[in-house]
Amino acid sequence: MSSLAVVLAQAPQTTVINLAPGAGTPAADPNAPIPTPPVLWAALLPILVLGIGGLVLLTISSLLKKGAPRGFYTLYTVMVAGLSMAAAVPLWAKVNGWTKIAWWDFRDLWWQSLPTEAGPFSTLGQAIGVDGLSVFLILLICIAVILGSLLSDDFLLREGLEGPETYALLLFSACGGVIMAMADDLIVLFLGLETLSIAVYVLAASHLKRAQSQEAGLKYFVLGGFSSAFFLYGIAMLYGATGTTNLVAMKDFLSRSIPANNALLLIGFALLLVGFAFKVAAVPFHAWSPDVYDGAPTPSVAFMASGVKAAGFAGLVRVFVVAFGQYAADWQPIVYALAVLSLVVGSVLAIVQNNVKRTLAYSSVSHVGFILIAVEAATPAGIQAVLFYLASYTFMVVGSFGVVTLVGRVGDGRHSLDDYKGLGRTNPLLAAIFTVFLLAQAGVPFTAGFVAKFYAVIAAVDAGSTVLAVIAMISATIAAFLYLRIIVAMYMTDSDGRSASPVSRAERIRIPFATGLSLLLCVLTTVGVGLLPGPLTELSAKGTPSLVREPARTATDGGLTVGTTGTEAAPGQSQQQG
Amino acid sequence: MGNDVNIGYLTLSAILFGVGAIGLLVRRNALVMLMCIELMLNAVNLTFVTFGSMLNDITGQVVVFFVLVVAAAEVVVGLGIIVAVARRRPGATADDLRVLRG
Repeated sequence: MSSLAVVLAQAPQTTVINLAPGAGTPAADPNAPIPTPPVLWAALLPILVLGIGGLVLLTISSLLKKGAPRGFYTLYTVMVAGLSMAAAVPLWAKVNGWTKIAWWDFRDLWWQSLPTEAGPFSTLGQAIGVDGLSVFLILLICIAVILGSLLSDDFLLREGLEGPETYALLLFSACGGVIMAMADDLIVLFLGLETLSIAVYVLAASHLKRAQSQEAGLKYFVLGGFSSAFFLYGIAMLYGATGTTNLVAMKDFLSRSIPANNALLLIGFALLLVGFAFKVAAVPFHAWSPDVYDGAPTPSVAFMASGVKAAGFAGLVRVFVVAFGQYAADWQPIVYALAVLSLVVGSVLAIVQNNVKRTLAYSSVSHVGFILIAVEAATPAGIQAVLFYLASYTFMVVGSFGVVTLVGRVGDGRHSLDDYKGLGRTNPLLAAIFTVFLLAQAGVPFTAGFVAKFYAVIAAVDAGSTVLAVIAMISATIAAFLYLRIIVAMYMTDSDGRSASPVSRAERIRIPFATGLSLLLCVLTTVGVGLLPGPLTELSAKGTPSLVREPARTATDGGLTVGTTGTEAAPGQSQQQG
Repeated sequence: MGNDVNIGYLTLSAILFGVGAIGLLVRRNALVMLMCIELMLNAVNLTFVTFGSMLNDITGQVVVFFVLVVAAAEVVVGLGIIVAVARRRPGATADDLRVLRG
């Protein structure tokens, strides 16, 4: 404790310089109106649609006396998520400097309210940033909501848990995820993280008929709250070191002045990384994930593994690669260690599991390792690889858990490897679909998983982390064994040697429409991206993050003055090697 | 305010944060674990206020309001989950929750 006190005693001399625009105490006339930042509502539309959509859903459901017609909640959720995506498309066009996409001309919509010049911009006192990364992740999180709600439809009917709760929680959680993806301020990032997490804690505990589900919810909640506190303490340390919580101002400050004693800064980095590593389930902060994945309702797990991870990596990339790219030499070793541990521990522990949901949980830990090696590269190519991996992983993992939902049958409890024995004979279609997802996760060529792993490894090698790339490829080989183990169970073993007898009705699993639609989308994307990776590669290349200063306002009309926008490019050539 | 006082507050908040973190790890009662999370969040609040005072900046104090709201929401959800568990198994402690393991 005494060393900390010494550190802090020196802090004020180095941190009292306050360069944050908007922050600090304006020594102005106390009677003057408090300046409020301009709000570009069009940029906030994706967040508002999701949040208000969830509230309206709860209101509608409480007004319906006889309960909603079958499938209404799912349809509503899909429509709200679709609307949110539609609201994000004009932002994507603005960032890329287009005025229309295909037949859709934006100029007559709310286009006028957006800044005139093309490119990324920020609003709300630069707390919310609109750039390639945030729009890409809005689209991705909304896709995860759509796929997750399609899976939930028949699941809730089967389990007798019908109601609007799951859908409303999915929407709130997605709202938090989108806030995280757009946050240019650490406090906004924290609020997004909590909105996302609190909704997901409840989702995990929402299967009221299974004791495991509530246990999973409690474990997730306790460990999640623990890691949120660390995350917040990290923000406090960075605030103490730089005098602001805004990432743009923080980056400005750090590029202009080098703190004489940057211990506060380094403690802040470490604590923030703990928070992020917990959210994305990187080893050694992964302990919750097998238990929670095992206990939580399977369609919710599909969303946790796709949407929540995507939002977590959005925050990680924006905070560390973009805002603190200058300090890459300090945080890269920690990410390096997290990546190696996740890759090795994830793939090795996955092999010894007998429960398919737990196996998939550990395999998702090893996928996190792969994404982390792309983060560790801290280059534009690395960010592109992260986005490509997240996008293709979303479809693979939702598809896998979709099949697990069906095979789990009533009670959502039949997840052991024995339950998959002979699935190739009793349910050939389901087994074939599952095989596609498992092969894609293993990284077999002509699937999305292969291309994603390829980009991640290339990014690591280009950034000079050859050893990391080698470890990644070795652990991918180990992980391939566990996927093949499930495939062997499905096709080459039969539980009691009845291979000659006809398949009984009880063994056959009906694939309901909504689940089938979700699985079809996932299969098509997984194979399609594997065969033609071009379009997704281009999309993820456009998803570059940037921290943009908000244009200064003229004092008279509060309007925007043109020409003061300073665009900070994504970290590139000036990267220092660790 | 003197610098020594601020250092004192920062040290106090670090100690409180540590007490909360250790308490969460060693106590088995779900309610006490919830209180430990609250203690950690409030320790961070103290850090924010102290830094705000050291930097003569209002942000540190504004942040506290956000954190308070988040903490309140967390308590509501946490108590809800604890009640759901307690209904199924009255008097359950963290050690009793062991259906999921492996």
